[in-house]
Amino acid sequence: MTLVVDRDHGWELLRRMLRIRRFEEKCAELYSGGKIRGFLHLYIGEEAVAVGAIPCFSSEDAIVGTYREHGHALIRGTPMGPLMAELYGKANGCARGRGGSMHFFDAARRFYGGLAIVGGGLPVAVGLALADKMQQRRRVTACFFGDGAVAEGEFHESLNLAALWKLPVLFLCENNLYAMGTALGRHQSQTDIARKADAYAIPAEAVNGMDVLAVEAATREAVDFVRAGQGPYLLEYRTYRFRAHSMYDAELYRTKDEVARWKQRDPITLFQQQLRAEEFLTDADLDNMETAIAAEIAEAVSFAESGSWEPLEDLTKDLYTPAKPAG
Amino acid sequence: MGKITYREAVRAGLREALQSNPRVFLMGEDVGKYGGTYACSKGFLDEFGPERIRDTPLSESTFVGAGIGAALGGMRPIVEVMTVNFSLLALDQIVNNAATIRHMSGGQFSIPLVVRMATGAGRQVAAQHSHSLEGWYAHIPGITVLAPATVTDARGMLLAALQEPDPVFIFEHAYLYPLEGELDESALPVDLTQAAVRRAGTNISLITFGGSLWKALEAADQLFHEGISAEVVDLRILRPLDISTVLASVRKTHRAVVIDEGWRTGSFAAEVSAQIMEVAFYDLDGPVARICSVEVPIPYPKHLEDAALPQPEKIVQAVHSLMGR
Repeated sequence: MTLVVDRDHGWELLRRMLRIRRFEEKCAELYSGGKIRGFLHLYIGEEAVAVGAIPCFSSEDAIVGTYREHGHALIRGTPMGPLMAELYGKANGCARGRGGSMHFFDAARRFYGGLAIVGGGLPVAVGLALADKMQQRRRVTACFFGDGAVAEGEFHESLNLAALWKLPVLFLCENNLYAMGTALGRHQSQTDIARKADAYAIPAEAVNGMDVLAVEAATREAVDFVRAGQGPYLLEYRTYRFRAHSMYDAELYRTKDEVARWKQRDPITLFQQQLRAEEFLTDADLDNMETAIAAEIAEAVSFAESGSWEPLEDLTKDLYTPAKPAG
Repeated sequence: MGKITYREAVRAGLREALQSNPRVFLMGEDVGKYGGTYACSKGFLDEFGPERIRDTPLSESTFVGAGIGAALGGMRPIVEVMTVNFSLLALDQIVNNAATIRHMSGGQFSIPLVVRMATGAGRQVAAQHSHSLEGWYAHIPGITVLAPATVTDARGMLLAALQEPDPVFIFEHAYLYPLEGELDESALPVDLTQAAVRRAGTNISLITFGGSLWKALEAADQLFHEGISAEVVDLRILRPLDISTVLASVRKTHRAVVIDEGWRTGSFAAEVSAQIMEVAFYDLDGPVARICSVEVPIPYPKHLEDAALPQPEKIVQAVHSLMGR
């Protein structure tokens, strides 16, 4: 097998996946320590998707994510400090600490959430794409959602409207096989999600979501298609979540064997093996990478720790846009 | 400008908005080819073209959500949801996205979106097409809720709404579309912070909004002939509520009846009543009364529908009872 990646790019992909993995492992630890509260949906196991997909979009493009969006924001370029601070609920967080884990926002990077009602981001993404089309901008909107969302009416409505109006939106389904605890086959009559796009005359493709290079190649092509003004496209990334739905669940809905089998396809381990096979990666390289990431995480934690709580008098601030001064 | 219908006033407002701002566009069910269910956009498809007058599929959640997205993307969308009844299918987008994103993002994103819809009963279209849920919407922080009752407000509030940087929901009472009124150019632009006193009076305050305004004014007329001077306050903005105009009226008259086509339990009238009693309790000569819809799904036959809704006679009776007559 030949690797279609050069060494630097391979390193970058690995580094990015590791950055997400280690960041989230730290999140889990901080959650257990009570620093992070509320819901915490970890992306561990699915890193190849965000890492392969997000850099295919330009800084002018828009990203709409779900409640499992830590990796997406990290790869989009929001610094780790404000993300960690957001998880702490601190005012130096990427949304002033107002949203927490499920609601990362970053206007400067056109990152529109962190929208945590399943399916609810799709119509917003369609509208962002509509705005681009109406203003003749060659932008693309990336719309991430999970397999659970395909059961929502908003999925079907949004695909239909985007196709009908030929909007520049790329529908990106992260199929991790479970809508919380309900397996795909237990909530879908047609489990081949890519085929659903057929009903709306949207071209679609299923991709191995555990293979960062496959994700990258397919996404790059899909982005080109959409940017060329040919209307929407749907990619289904077949992936798997290694951890619980949120921080803790009894995982009654799947077997330990199943999880163990998927862990053998860990996107980071597999990609490391590929890089080593090409002699692109040594133990020392990996150590250096891990050390740098650990330092970045330590810095992010200290950024969060040193952040202040939003003052109580700001509780209702930003509910409405302040009126412009007269004149 | 003289007399025009409420429908013409809405249409005039929409047309001015489309003419004056190239970022404004209208989308919704049957706004284009059909000309709008209530003919508020008749002729627009020809005048403004299909890019700006967009017929949508029957996908309320998605075209309201697309309005949110388009607003985030720099457009100035006006979304027409045919009626409040269908807006229930878009509640996720309205409550979870439109109302939250600005605050939840720490003020990073504003959503300059206008959503219009017909509301209310009185046309014998039965339970599923007769809801008056603007009071529900007024419960939600993060949005602005308007209920224009006059032709001047129908046009002027729309234009004012399009100056707002955040989501505005406009409830147009379906009963009003064919009614004529005098367009008052001097009342423009409409101030979205002020309720309006529609008739001055000294003995009792009739506080209402939307389609019920005309019933309250009719009741006030009857009362006048009996020697009772009723002041009629048109709230017209349900969120943010201008309670000071209400309180000023109540402090003058010392009695209040709140008229609201919503159901009584948890109604907007309940909110108004509570706020009066919290602040002006000692100015009152008696308890605040409420005239709301009877708590049933609105029935089809006219006599039953009439009985279910607030009516001028019920308002007059409530006034009599408050005034010990």
